[in-house]
Amino acid sequence: MTTLESAHTQVAKKSKNSGALGDSIFKGTAFFFAAMVLVVLFGIMLLLLKEAWPTFAHFGFGFFYHSEWDVVNNQYGALVPIVGTLVTSLIAILIGVPVSFGIAIFITLMAPNWMKRPVGIAIELLAAVPSIIYGMWGLFYFAPWFANSMQPIMTSTLGNVPLIGQFFQGPPIGVSIFTAGVVLAIMIIPFIASIMRDMFEVVPTALKESAFAMGSTTWEVVWKVILPYTKAGVIGGIMLGLGRALGETMAVAFVVGNSLELNTGLFYPGATIASTMANEFNEASGLHMSSLIALALILFIITFVVLSIAKWFLLRLEKVQEGSKT
Amino acid sequence: MSKYQTRKLVNYFNLVASLVVTALGLFMLAWILSVLFSKGFQYINWAVFTQMTPPPGSAGGLLNAIFGTLVITFFAVLIGTPIGIMAGTYLSEFGANSRFSSTVRFINDVLLSAPSIVVGVFVYTLIVEPQGHFSGWAGAIALAILVIPVVVRTTEDMLKLVPQQLREAAAALGAPRYTVTLSIVYKAALSGMITGILLATARIMGETAPLLFTALNNQFWSSNMNEPIANMPVVIYQYALSPYEDWQNLAWAAALLITLSVLTMNIVARYTLKGSSSR
Repeated sequence: MTTLESAHTQVAKKSKNSGALGDSIFKGTAFFFAAMVLVVLFGIMLLLLKEAWPTFAHFGFGFFYHSEWDVVNNQYGALVPIVGTLVTSLIAILIGVPVSFGIAIFITLMAPNWMKRPVGIAIELLAAVPSIIYGMWGLFYFAPWFANSMQPIMTSTLGNVPLIGQFFQGPPIGVSIFTAGVVLAIMIIPFIASIMRDMFEVVPTALKESAFAMGSTTWEVVWKVILPYTKAGVIGGIMLGLGRALGETMAVAFVVGNSLELNTGLFYPGATIASTMANEFNEASGLHMSSLIALALILFIITFVVLSIAKWFLLRLEKVQEGSKT
Repeated sequence: MSKYQTRKLVNYFNLVASLVVTALGLFMLAWILSVLFSKGFQYINWAVFTQMTPPPGSAGGLLNAIFGTLVITFFAVLIGTPIGIMAGTYLSEFGANSRFSSTVRFINDVLLSAPSIVVGVFVYTLIVEPQGHFSGWAGAIALAILVIPVVVRTTEDMLKLVPQQLREAAAALGAPRYTVTLSIVYKAALSGMITGILLATARIMGETAPLLFTALNNQFWSSNMNEPIANMPVVIYQYALSPYEDWQNLAWAAALLITLSVLTMNIVARYTLKGSSSR
C-alpha cells in the first residue's frame, strides 16, 4: 500500500493533469464517512447520557439496585430488568454454547462433504429469521408446549434438588424468564455455531492427523487438540452470542411475560431491559421516559463491553494466525 | 470396563450428542417455518395486497404496511449504503493499518451487534422528540444506522480480496487514485459489495424494535415520510398481541410474507457471493 502511495505522489508531481485534486477530495470524503462511524457511537452514548441524566440525578446510585418500578408513584429502580437481562442471557448461553459446539463438530468432522454446506446454511438461516417471528412462534407455540410438557418434568425433578430447586418453580403459564432464555438460545446458536465452525476449519490438518495417528478418538481430537488450538476464537464467538442475547428485544418482549416483580423461580414471568423499553416507551414521559433511556444506556454499555471483549479475543486470534503464516 | 472401552463410549456418546443437537437445530428451523406456512398461508389472498389495515373486527389487508416497509427500507438503504461503502473504502484503500482505521473497524464491529432498540431510542431523542412527532424519516434513519456497519464490513472485506497487482497496474498507466478505486477496484469487487447491500436489506426489513419509537404505525394509507407511516413489523407486533382474531390472522400473513422475503434475500445474497468467489 505504501509503495502505491509513493508511486502516486511521484506521478502526481511529474504530470500536471494528475487528478491530485480529485484524489484528495475522494480520500477526504472516505475519511469523513469513516469518521462518521465513530460519531454515531459517541452520539448514541452522549445523547442517551444527556436524556438519562435526570434519572441518575434523582435516584443516584440507588437506580441500579432498587427493585421497585412504580409508574404511578414515579419510583424507578433498574434491578429487575437488569437481573432479567443477565439471567435470560445466561440461560441462553448455557443452552446455546453446548448445542453450537455440537453443531460445529457435526459440520466440521462428522458430516459427509455433500451435507456440510446445506446444513451450515440452514443453521445460519436461523439467524436471518426476524426477531419478531421468534416472538410469535415462542408465544403461540413454544411457550404452551413448554408449559405443558417440559415444565412439569423439570419442576418435579430439578425442582426437588436442594439449593437449585427454588429456581425451577413457577406457574404453568409458559411465558417466563426461562422460556425467554430458551428462545434466545435458539436465536444465538447460529452466530456461535458459525464462528466455531470457521475456527475448527482452520485447524491445520497435520495437527488433527497426528492426534488421530496416536490413536485418539474423534472426541479426544476435538477436546484436546482442536479446542485448545481455537480457544480464543471460541471464547470470542461465545461473547458475541452473549452480546446478541443481551440486546434482543422483540422475541423477549413476546415470551418473557413483562412482569416487573422480582422472583427466584425461573418459571415466573419477568422482564428484561429491552422488553421493558419496548412495552413502556411510547406511553412514557418525564422521569419515566428518562428512566427508560437510562435503562437503554445501561444496556448499551453492557453490550459494548461484552462485544469489545469478544472482538478482542477474535482479533488476538487473527494476529496469531497471521503470525504463524509468515 | 477397560480404559479403552470407556474412551470409545465417551467418544460415541459425544458424537451422537452432536448429531442430536444438529438435528434439533434443523428441527427448530423446520418448526418455525412450518408454523408460519400453516398459519399464514391460508390468510394470504388478494385483499392482503389491495386493502388497507382494517379497524378491529372487519376484514382488510396490508397494502399500506407493505408500501411503508418498502419505502422505509428503500430510504434506509439509500442513506446507509453510500456512507458504508465510503467508510469501507477508506478502511481498505487508504488507512489500512492506521490507528484511526483500527478504531473505526473495532467500533464498527461493535455497532454491528449493538442492540437495535438502543438505536431506536437514539433516533427518538435525536429526531422524534425535537420534531414533536413520529415520522417515516426517523424510521428510515434508524434503519440506516443499522445498515452502515453491515455495508462497511462487507465492503472492506470484498475490496481487500481484490489483488494488489490490479491497483498497481492501473496506477502504472497513470490513473489517479480515485479512478483506480472507482473503475478498477469497485468493478472487481462489485458482486461482493452487492451481496453486502442485500444482506443489510434483509437484516433491516424485519427489524421491529427501532421502528416502534420512530416510524410507529399508521392505520391509514400514507406516503408522507414526515408522518407516522405503516410498516409490516410494527403491524405484526400490534396485531399479534391484539385480542381480535382478524388482526391476529393478518399478523400471521404478514409474518409469512416478511420471513419469506428476508430468507429469499439471504439465499440470493449467499448465491451471489458463492458465484463470484468461485469465478
